[in-house]
Amino acid sequence: MLPVYYYVGLSAILFTLGALGVLIRRNAIVIFMSIELMLNSANLVFVAYARYYQSLRGQIFVFFVMTVAAAEVAVGLALIVAIFRTKHSIDVDQMSNLKG
Amino acid sequence: MTLGLILFFILAAVAVISALGILFSRNAVYSALCLIINFGAVAIFYLSLDAPFIAISQVTVYAGAIMVLFLFVIMLLGAEQLRVGQTLVWQQPLAIFLSIILLAEAGYLLFTQRGALAAGGTLQAGAALAATFGSPTTIGSALFNEYLLPFEVTSILLLVAMVGAIVLTKGEKK
Repeated sequence: MLPVYYYVGLSAILFTLGALGVLIRRNAIVIFMSIELMLNSANLVFVAYARYYQSLRGQIFVFFVMTVAAAEVAVGLALIVAIFRTKHSIDVDQMSNLKG
Repeated sequence: MTLGLILFFILAAVAVISALGILFSRNAVYSALCLIINFGAVAIFYLSLDAPFIAISQVTVYAGAIMVLFLFVIMLLGAEQLRVGQTLVWQQPLAIFLSIILLAEAGYLLFTQRGALAAGGTLQAGAALAATFGSPTTIGSALFNEYLLPFEVTSILLLVAMVGAIVLTKGEKK
């Protein structure tokens, strides 16, 4: 099998691309998708190490990360919809007013 | 150049190219579809890492439920068109520069710590794990015996998320 640092390296690349997406893009939904990309890269490292240490704990943790990510996406998208109702835009550069 | 190495690089290329597609798509729907491709590639990685249950739940939960929710909201808000123009002109070059530094640092650390990363692992090269390593039976017995408390807490978390989503989108009564 492949050494584990192959998977760690791929996860680092995906995480950096996700962080770059959060910083560069201005559409709130695409920022959210980049956050999901970062979570996914962390899951990949967990599963890789679960195999290399022959311990099931990595996969159990990935299960819980997926659950929390689903809950976070539900609430986050509800927030975006609620913001869209007042601002009629999801451009994060326009959400600079605390009064909403 | 074994078959495993070739498959790894093909899948890694698919994952990285689809991640770049998320970053540089002008249309939010294209970004969502690229993310679905990325999730599919990572699910195949999980399959190759002896995690079949996690692979299938990745496809079902992430690509099947979360991305469908994303697409619903994109269509609902009409967010697929994106305007060009920046209010902070130094933000994009600085972000690209900083992420290149981060990637270079991660690459340097990986290159110098290659031996230390694999230390402590009990898996010999080519050795096979138990056939039921990542199967639903094993994960289920671990979830319901050793990790029962986090499992129940996540069920409460999902309930709270549902209630929160409904409350946030309910709108005000005039």
